[in-house]
Amino acid sequence: MSGPFGQTLPIGAPLPGSSFTDLLQSVGAAPRWEVSDSAATSLSIPEGTTVLAIRFADGVVMAGDRRATEGHLVAHRYIQKVFAADGHSAVAIAGTAGIAVEMVRLFQVELEHYEKIEGTVLSLEGKANFLARLVRNQLPMAFQGLVVVPLFAGYDLHERRGRLFTYDVVGGRYEEHDFGATGSGSRLAKSYLRTVFRPDLTADEAVGQAVSALVAAADDDTATGGPDLIRGILPNVMVIDGEGVREADEEAVAGTARTALEARR
Amino acid sequence: MSVPFYVAPEQLVRDKAEFARKGIARGRSIVAIEFDSGILLLAENVSRALQKISEVYDRIAFAGVGRYNEFETLRKAGIRQADLMGYLYSRVDVTAMGLATGFSQTLGQIFSHEPKPFEVEVLICEVDSDSDGNRLFKITYDGTLYDQRGVAAIGGKGETLEQALRAGYREDMTLEDAIELGVSAFRESEGRESEGWEAAVLDRENGRRAFRRIQVGEAAP
Repeated sequence: MSGPFGQTLPIGAPLPGSSFTDLLQSVGAAPRWEVSDSAATSLSIPEGTTVLAIRFADGVVMAGDRRATEGHLVAHRYIQKVFAADGHSAVAIAGTAGIAVEMVRLFQVELEHYEKIEGTVLSLEGKANFLARLVRNQLPMAFQGLVVVPLFAGYDLHERRGRLFTYDVVGGRYEEHDFGATGSGSRLAKSYLRTVFRPDLTADEAVGQAVSALVAAADDDTATGGPDLIRGILPNVMVIDGEGVREADEEAVAGTARTALEARR
Repeated sequence: MSVPFYVAPEQLVRDKAEFARKGIARGRSIVAIEFDSGILLLAENVSRALQKISEVYDRIAFAGVGRYNEFETLRKAGIRQADLMGYLYSRVDVTAMGLATGFSQTLGQIFSHEPKPFEVEVLICEVDSDSDGNRLFKITYDGTLYDQRGVAAIGGKGETLEQALRAGYREDMTLEDAIELGVSAFRESEGRESEGWEAAVLDRENGRRAFRRIQVGEAAP
């Protein structure tokens, strides 16, 4: 295994402090491209669609559908858009799938890298701010139509509560109080969540409402893939609380998906 | 311009080695012991803030003795190398062998090219899905790389510690037994009780990130 420095280890002055993103740049491994004058709209590039997060009494639930579209076509049926970022936070993505998935991978390595180098975990606020920087780095691409908008949620170990953040294209970071969503079906999902949100929801109830909100979004937004019980495609759902981040019980997700779909009979 | 005195290369290397060994001998030692589900790293350390044992990657840990700023530089370089390789290729492509070679090359180059060698010894450990794949690498101040089995020790008392460990080591011992062996080896080689422990395990039962810090007082029987 010889790294970017040949046989010896990356040691010495030009290296950055504790940021992995800066390290990638310093060794010339970060992408640098000339942005063309024409927009990238003529390319067919998979787009991720609806992801959402909702707070409950002890934390946050985050959920995303499994579809990626290329124009009017379904590009991927099983794409994953909700990821654990580290032990106590999760990140979800909407927009240009290829860039977004890579951004998540970089974000995950960044958080772990900081933790190992500094010997301590970044604060939730610090993680949210760093993600904003990653989004902002994409700004020239956003003008080309290659937009990535994440959603970030985690359990704040200092304040002992779940928190969630939405972003915009330019890297604006907004803390949401109750719920948030991004992607093509986000308005529909938010309309649904607005009618059912209570601050005292339990984790199970929040999982149920998150799945129902995706079903509601998929009802009217063709780019959002609802649960497909025939193919066994279920939303990705993460629960984040004081104990950490974990995937929601698949049986429970399937159950609520079935109930939400039955209600439309 | 004054001409520097001629110094024979043998003399130069001997002087550097002696200098490095003296520096290392001042510090306290660290041992690594394989147990049934992983590897224990145990260091005598009175400080709670300054740590000698660290996570490097999913299944790999680092331990360093000697001059703090020097092994800290090496530790960070190891983490950087591991995270870069894992990000550019895949997580499974980061191995203790690759990292140990990197440490060996780096220390070797510093020893022969810099006016002052690093006064450090480091351990790179990797836990695998079964004990045969476990790796314990010891790298000394001059870049010499040792591939160890079962137990390893670094620091001023490294040699006597390793003898004591070898005498009591059995394959597939429990974590409790490994801790007991480590503690008694320290007692034997130092001739006194420790003033504080820093301990961690690479345990294959821990999931993706095998590294966990443990309290020796609590975990010991």
